[in-house]
Amino acid sequence: MTDILDEPIYKTDALIAEDIDQYLKVHEHKTMLRFITCGSVDDGKSTLIGRLLYDSKMIFEDQLAALEADSKKVGTQGQDIDFALLVDGLAAEREQGITIDVAYRFFATEKRKFIVADTPGHEQYTRNMVTGASTADLAVILIDARKGVLTQTRRHSYLAHLIGIRNIVLAVNKMDLVDYDQAVFDAIVKDYTAFASSIGIETFTAMPISGFKGDNITGPSANTPWYKGPALIEHLETVEVNSAADAEKPFRMPVQWVNRPNLDFRGFSGLIATGVVKPGDAVRVLPSGKTSTVTRIVTMDGDLDQAVAGQSVTLCFADEIDCSRGDVIALADNPPQAADQFEATIVWMSDEEMLPGRPYWLKIGTQTVTATVQQPKYQVNVNTMEHLAAKTLDLNAIGLANLSTDKQIVFEPYKENRTLGGFILIDKISNATVAAGMLNFSLRRAQNVHWQATDVTREFHAALKNQKPAVLWFTGLSGAGKSTIANLVEKKLARMNRHTFLLDGDNVRHGLNKDLGFTDADRVENIRRVGEVAKLMTDAGLIVITAFISPFRSEREMVRQMMQPGEFIEVHIDTPLAEAESRDVKGLYKKARSGQLKNFTGIDSPYEAPEDPEIRIDTTAMTAEEAADAIVARLIP
Amino acid sequence: MSDQLSKSTLTHLERLEAESIHILREVVAEAEKPVMLYSVGKDSAVMLHLARKAFYPSPPPFPLLHVDTTWKFQEMYKLRDRMARESGMELLVYHNPEAKERGINPFDHGALHTDMWKTEGLKQALDLYGFDAAFGGARRDEEKSRAKERIFSFRTASHGWDPKNQRPELWNLYNARKNKGESIRVFPISNWTELDIWQYIHLNDVPIVPLYFAEERPTVERDGMLLMVDDDRFPLKPGEQPVMRSIRFRTLGCYPLTGAVESKAKTLPEVIQETLLTTTSERQGRAIDKDAGGAGMEKKKQEGYF
Repeated sequence: MTDILDEPIYKTDALIAEDIDQYLKVHEHKTMLRFITCGSVDDGKSTLIGRLLYDSKMIFEDQLAALEADSKKVGTQGQDIDFALLVDGLAAEREQGITIDVAYRFFATEKRKFIVADTPGHEQYTRNMVTGASTADLAVILIDARKGVLTQTRRHSYLAHLIGIRNIVLAVNKMDLVDYDQAVFDAIVKDYTAFASSIGIETFTAMPISGFKGDNITGPSANTPWYKGPALIEHLETVEVNSAADAEKPFRMPVQWVNRPNLDFRGFSGLIATGVVKPGDAVRVLPSGKTSTVTRIVTMDGDLDQAVAGQSVTLCFADEIDCSRGDVIALADNPPQAADQFEATIVWMSDEEMLPGRPYWLKIGTQTVTATVQQPKYQVNVNTMEHLAAKTLDLNAIGLANLSTDKQIVFEPYKENRTLGGFILIDKISNATVAAGMLNFSLRRAQNVHWQATDVTREFHAALKNQKPAVLWFTGLSGAGKSTIANLVEKKLARMNRHTFLLDGDNVRHGLNKDLGFTDADRVENIRRVGEVAKLMTDAGLIVITAFISPFRSEREMVRQMMQPGEFIEVHIDTPLAEAESRDVKGLYKKARSGQLKNFTGIDSPYEAPEDPEIRIDTTAMTAEEAADAIVARLIP
Repeated sequence: MSDQLSKSTLTHLERLEAESIHILREVVAEAEKPVMLYSVGKDSAVMLHLARKAFYPSPPPFPLLHVDTTWKFQEMYKLRDRMARESGMELLVYHNPEAKERGINPFDHGALHTDMWKTEGLKQALDLYGFDAAFGGARRDEEKSRAKERIFSFRTASHGWDPKNQRPELWNLYNARKNKGESIRVFPISNWTELDIWQYIHLNDVPIVPLYFAEERPTVERDGMLLMVDDDRFPLKPGEQPVMRSIRFRTLGCYPLTGAVESKAKTLPEVIQETLLTTTSERQGRAIDKDAGGAGMEKKKQEGYF
């Protein structure tokens, strides 16, 4: 073991002192590999990364001194250096002895620079691993030689494969603890081969290593003469990186920013996702489909005669065609498609579960649209890869679902193009990134179902009734007085010869929505359906009054977006919880408090009050009759 | 780097450059009022160079902000003004008025100096101008807590950082949507190492402060640190005489807080050579990281330090 530590690891050290110019020449032209290490604390993952940093001289003396001191104080390796301490970053983590987030580490050899995504291995950190894997060219799957292929090995392999990592390294670690026994190694490889092919991993590279002792890390180990394959570093230095493969694909570049310093210059800036572009190439701008020719590839270092996948460039065209952020510039005779309905694989990353039907922001490339996800077709058990029935997806769940966007997006299946197939979902209220997803394919339905234009228009319907259609959307706690006031408003409007319709929460649940319960997901679907019905009724020219608790801001906002501008009037029947509970007209609060009724708004399910409603009614300050008058006066001044 | 373009495999510096430019453009496309924090050090120099490349032939569409302590090296002020001119960008210099009024300085006030001029000054400047996104030149290899910080790092209205509540960053998709009062610190050179920075400066002739190169300079030795007597505000102790030594700096900050190293490295390759052969890490010359043990920077960041 000691001879491994004492050996000079990289010959380049000598070159630095002897010929710095030559050294720089070599190092300024090396390539870069990003990889992820998968395994848990027990597999020696942190030790392996610490070892890679140490062996490639990324640890300075002052850090080493601190490491030696820490190793004795809090290390788990007795008097030996605990390499794991090098990579356990945040104070909270050091106290708990776990790694809770994605950390990025850097080291370099003379051939390559490496960025390592170091992520925790437990199931509750699936989202962290997926995040780390999303930018990786390669995954190192660590196995403890004493334990063999475990549930977590299968989970990590599945996730790496799901995210599209083609280079898998099976690092059978802690070989020193099994006496470098070839039989142990071979048995593990055999086991893993069977599993890997079952989930579609076609090739992988297995190697026997010891992160702690340094075997087969930087060079062949004398302890494993039976192993003829490459050492870990050697392999990492030579595998093909993604960007090389991306360059072979047809040209696509999402437009990030239009560069227009003056009237004489108009350039389109972006990062080339795939392919190669040259001046003179015929290109097509999507989704518009307009074509032009590339005249220049502009950079501050002078125009280029070609640019490839992975480069950030600015392109100029021969023609003044429309092109802006969110568009995709592509090879003219081989462009990607646009669609608005897809099947997608989704990894849920938020503590708040996915709500089918709720509108989220979807960001893909440089396009941001509104998307709704349907109830999942299934969820994947990440340990067994079984498909399970699911109504929603919660934190760390992975599932398959259809989703639709409010306008067409330019896309390619994730398998073919990470940039045009990988997306994130963003909650519209909290602005949190709640999910990552991969588009599998577009649904034909999107191309074949068209909106039927009718000859009798909504304007005609409204004119016939001599009124302006509107939706009076009542929201408030149970027992706040919504139904009572809504009923009075409708009576008053009817007396004024207005054509109205009252959609009441309880009544709708007896028919249209009788299949829905009171979970958050069902509440969202309840409101979505009511919104769609209200929209049809406004198309028919009616004044629609709705009385639903509608507790979530997102769904009220969704319905607002469905309507014509100005037609949605949010009426907050504002009654304090204590007041509503003391009235308890239907005896529901009592049941909720005693636990007989679950998911009751205000008790064990949240109510998100409107921030800026068109009308706010304080029921502690006016009677129902006064409230109804105020609302009618606001609608018909 | 144009000789590399005929190949389809980009070099590590080309990939890092492309990633940084992509980040800079995303922020400009999605933020309302971005700004670049410019500290005049080598990392800032590279970040500014990348910004000029990202938006060429336009000048970068945001101002430079220097949160000044009045105690930087004179050479730094010179380069700062020159780079602002050459890049065609507006330069905003901010001095915390309270620190100015109370005469806060590194000799008499220790940690309070950094806290008031830099941490407080930065918060005040961002609030004053209403910037919603600020580019910073921090790198993940600098320090443990930075290794886990996102490229888009959200701060509360009081500029605090919550390491446990960070948004996942997948592929190269950045979620720049903010809640009311929040602002974003964006680190376009997160994935660069110190060596990458030096190599890039070398390949691209990025202008840097001459203090990075060795020269005879007036110095005094205090607490094992070599300090440069940059102007006559430096209070010499009785009997203390500045001594001319051939020194250079590995990192630049306020001159009374920044330790020099004795060196003969007068050219960039020589500096890189020395950096690679050295056995102590980069930030060791700075007093700031030594506070509060290993968690020093993490704690400072939670309080709003960049």
